[in-house]
Amino acid sequence: MIRFENVVKSYGDTEVIKGINLEISNSELVVFIGPSGCGKTTSLKMINRLIEPTSGTIYINDQDILKMDPIELRRNIGYVIQQIGLFPHMTVGENIELVPLLKNWPKTKRRERAKELLNLVGMPPDEYIDRYPSELSGGQQQRIGVARALATNPDVILMDEPFSALDPITRAQLQDELFNLQQELHKTIVFVTHDMDEALKLGDRICIMKDGQILQFDTPENLLRHPAHGFVEEFIGKKRMWQQPEYVKVEDIMIQNPIKAIPTRTLTQAMEIMSGSGVDSILIVNERNQLLGIATANDIRSKWDTAKRLEEIYTRNVLSVHPDDSIVEVLKLMSQNNIGYVPVVDVSGILKGLITRSSLVKVLGEKYVG
Amino acid sequence: MATINEYLTFMSDRIDQIFTLTGQHIYLTLIAVAIAILIGVPLGILITRVDSISGLVIGIANAVQAIPSLALLGFLIPFLGIGSTPSIVMIFLYSLLPIIKNTYTGLANVDRAMIEAGRGMGMTDAQLMRMVQLPLALPVIMAGIRISAVTAVGLTTLAALIGAGGLGQLIYRGISMVNNKMIISGAIPAMILALLVDFVLSIMERIVTPKGLKK
Repeated sequence: MIRFENVVKSYGDTEVIKGINLEISNSELVVFIGPSGCGKTTSLKMINRLIEPTSGTIYINDQDILKMDPIELRRNIGYVIQQIGLFPHMTVGENIELVPLLKNWPKTKRRERAKELLNLVGMPPDEYIDRYPSELSGGQQQRIGVARALATNPDVILMDEPFSALDPITRAQLQDELFNLQQELHKTIVFVTHDMDEALKLGDRICIMKDGQILQFDTPENLLRHPAHGFVEEFIGKKRMWQQPEYVKVEDIMIQNPIKAIPTRTLTQAMEIMSGSGVDSILIVNERNQLLGIATANDIRSKWDTAKRLEEIYTRNVLSVHPDDSIVEVLKLMSQNNIGYVPVVDVSGILKGLITRSSLVKVLGEKYVG
Repeated sequence: MATINEYLTFMSDRIDQIFTLTGQHIYLTLIAVAIAILIGVPLGILITRVDSISGLVIGIANAVQAIPSLALLGFLIPFLGIGSTPSIVMIFLYSLLPIIKNTYTGLANVDRAMIEAGRGMGMTDAQLMRMVQLPLALPVIMAGIRISAVTAVGLTTLAALIGAGGLGQLIYRGISMVNNKMIISGAIPAMILALLVDFVLSIMERIVTPKGLKK
């Protein structure tokens, strides 16, 4: 666990970090993001003491890092920087074995570990271990950079814009690989980027910074749905949420006040309510507004002669969704069951709204076309 | 005008003398450049660490370089007398600047990211210098040594003026006797020596260039 307590960094009279507090849990991938000069890289480099805070304390597993030997501290933290971070005069193997060498591992153990890591990042050791970085592609170089950071199996890994120099396709590929690696290794990773897509794709939590302060530190989902600050919303991009359908929730698109009736209403009254609102179905709720079922205009017409009240004819056990469900799940549900509407209820069964095909088309149309 | 044959005969008659003088010449150059390396490289490293004195050190080395070599030799006589010692000191002083300058530039131009990567991985300052900075700066440092050595071969001809020997002896005697054959028999071996030193050091420069940096 990494904890910042009132950390300030100033150069002369300018404060670049203005007293930040944050806590990063174990096995969490946290992304620092913000416009250039926001202090994200400075914050990262304070974790391995490449930059010392002016005041405040940083703890790793409750140990004050400022009281630790910086050399020893750094050897126990993986560090990945941009593409150029590999030493050009050392082979791939020598680069990976560097921290183990500094820690005086025996040669055979170092070599073994290098081979293991090359396999882990998908580069056959026999082919690559004796090559020089200049003989590798950018993506391969950065894979070695990641392997090197993992060499002594540190719990904490710092990554400073590791993929920013790569072309978009390679970048996406490495992001996926890192994500998969993290599922397997569960490291505590602090990742600096200026690319919001990258942050959303990788971060368990995202720390948005500006002018040396933290504006919001939250899960990607919450950042998109509840940006705490005008800048955050602007920085994320207002339309971003709609580009990531899994983040669009039922409550964002449902009809808030669907037409409803209690079961004791007569069929005539029900028809009257429907035609008055121009809809062809009505939700049946009890006095506490809990959803009981649904009745369509067709149902009512076919039972017109035999039934008197809604309770005799409405369809019970209708499929429903929760306000927190994502739009993707709703679409799946609707197409799998071939239904044109789905009521929205909360955990206690209270009716919150309704989604119909036409409401979907209307909302999505507004967001994407309008 | 004497024919080429006459020159060759003149030189082959004095072949033993030419070899002895060439030996002296190499000795003087080698000692002076070796001392310049032993002092210049550490000095170059020092001024990258203590940047406040880099201007001063390079300034002094520059000023020394600007003194006419003949005058410098004259200045040294009252302190060091004549013979090989003042000659070696003179050649050493002239060799110092390219070595200090190239060591400094070579080290200062090592990519900041490399240094930060090394430091971030937990290298001590000494490890960083030995494992990262020096290997990456070595080609530039070697280029400085090469410039020094080639210049030193030329300068060593002045050593004859104060009785230190070397191929300059034939050249000065030739001048005072107005004997072109004698001048040539000193100048040509000195030229060959300079070209040879340049060639050998260019190979060394290639050898010390880290394999990963070669194109």
